[in-house]
Amino acid sequence: MDYMKLSSMQLDVLREIGNIGAGNAATSMSKLIDRQIDMQVPSVRIVSFDEMMDLIGGPEELIVAMLFRIKGDAASTVYFILSIEEAENLIQKITQDNNFSLSADENTNEIAISALQELGNIVTGSYLSALSDFTGVNMQPSVPYLSIDMAGAILTAGLLEISQVSDYAIIIDTSISSGLNERIHGHFFLAPEPKSLDKLFDALGINDHV
Amino acid sequence: MCKDKTVVKVGIADLKIVTPPDVIRTSGLGSCVGVVIYDSIKKVAGLAHVLLPDSKSTKQENFNRHKYADTAVSILINELLVNGGRRFALKAKLAGGAQMFQFTSSSDSIRIGARNIEAVRNQLNEFHIPIVSSDVGGNVGRTIEFDPITCQLKVRKINQEEIYI
Repeated sequence: MDYMKLSSMQLDVLREIGNIGAGNAATSMSKLIDRQIDMQVPSVRIVSFDEMMDLIGGPEELIVAMLFRIKGDAASTVYFILSIEEAENLIQKITQDNNFSLSADENTNEIAISALQELGNIVTGSYLSALSDFTGVNMQPSVPYLSIDMAGAILTAGLLEISQVSDYAIIIDTSISSGLNERIHGHFFLAPEPKSLDKLFDALGINDHV
Repeated sequence: MCKDKTVVKVGIADLKIVTPPDVIRTSGLGSCVGVVIYDSIKKVAGLAHVLLPDSKSTKQENFNRHKYADTAVSILINELLVNGGRRFALKAKLAGGAQMFQFTSSSDSIRIGARNIEAVRNQLNEFHIPIVSSDVGGNVGRTIEFDPITCQLKVRKINQEEIYI
């Protein structure tokens, strides 16, 4: 499937997929940290790999990212991306340790990292199960991979499969954030492989078969 | 002549040439490999940001030849020759090729960093271009910058001192 040939209806459906997934994820995150979580209207972007890095502040931006590979009919990659500050904020909420800092030193608190991983697992898990329920497509997520490094280095790791077939990626981007004065603000990126798009559209009965 | 120094930026699967006083940079190398080839006397250098090892695995008809190690290196050499570089004087420096995640699946993406490095080294060998220095592997992202005057490659990693190789 050529990304450029998607109809506006198909783009709408992808947006709705992001909506459902992130809505579910926001609910579980809200329960987890006992705060209200808001989500923005998802955007569907067809971007070059360089543009993808720019979506979150450029290739050198330091980010905390959790990556899941999805196997099955809808092979894709899901990222849950936070800034360092946001991740620290979250960990402080969960572990109730207000002095926690990720950048402090290399032997960072193992419990905190594990908490972050678990949070990512739960939140992304609910994103995916909503997606799978909605589409009826079989999705098998991998274990979460956590990394704190430059955006370029982390994001390309999930693009390798896509880059064999395309110079563009389609990104369903949804942000969630907690109340105004607390800065927790995460991005979900869902990057389906081109062949998965057909599967998704088929499952939802809107494939044009052009 | 007094021209301001600018930083020429090379994107993913991209390739560019630089002459003084400019320097050339690529940011956020993970499993990708940054290949710098230069002529230290003629002061001309080129940088390729290679994403994948082998163009035979492409599923595109018209693929970007800067994306793959086996095609990008020869293009880089040609560009250098066109811009005044001399074949016998060319040398190379490498950085990148990290393993950002320990994927457990059996897909191609396993060890992609190591395979990228190997592919670039093979290509350089084939063209008899010596590798002067390299900073490769590990599990960290890198930003690199090369200055054609000093022929130093600056490597920056998160939470580490910058090094020159």
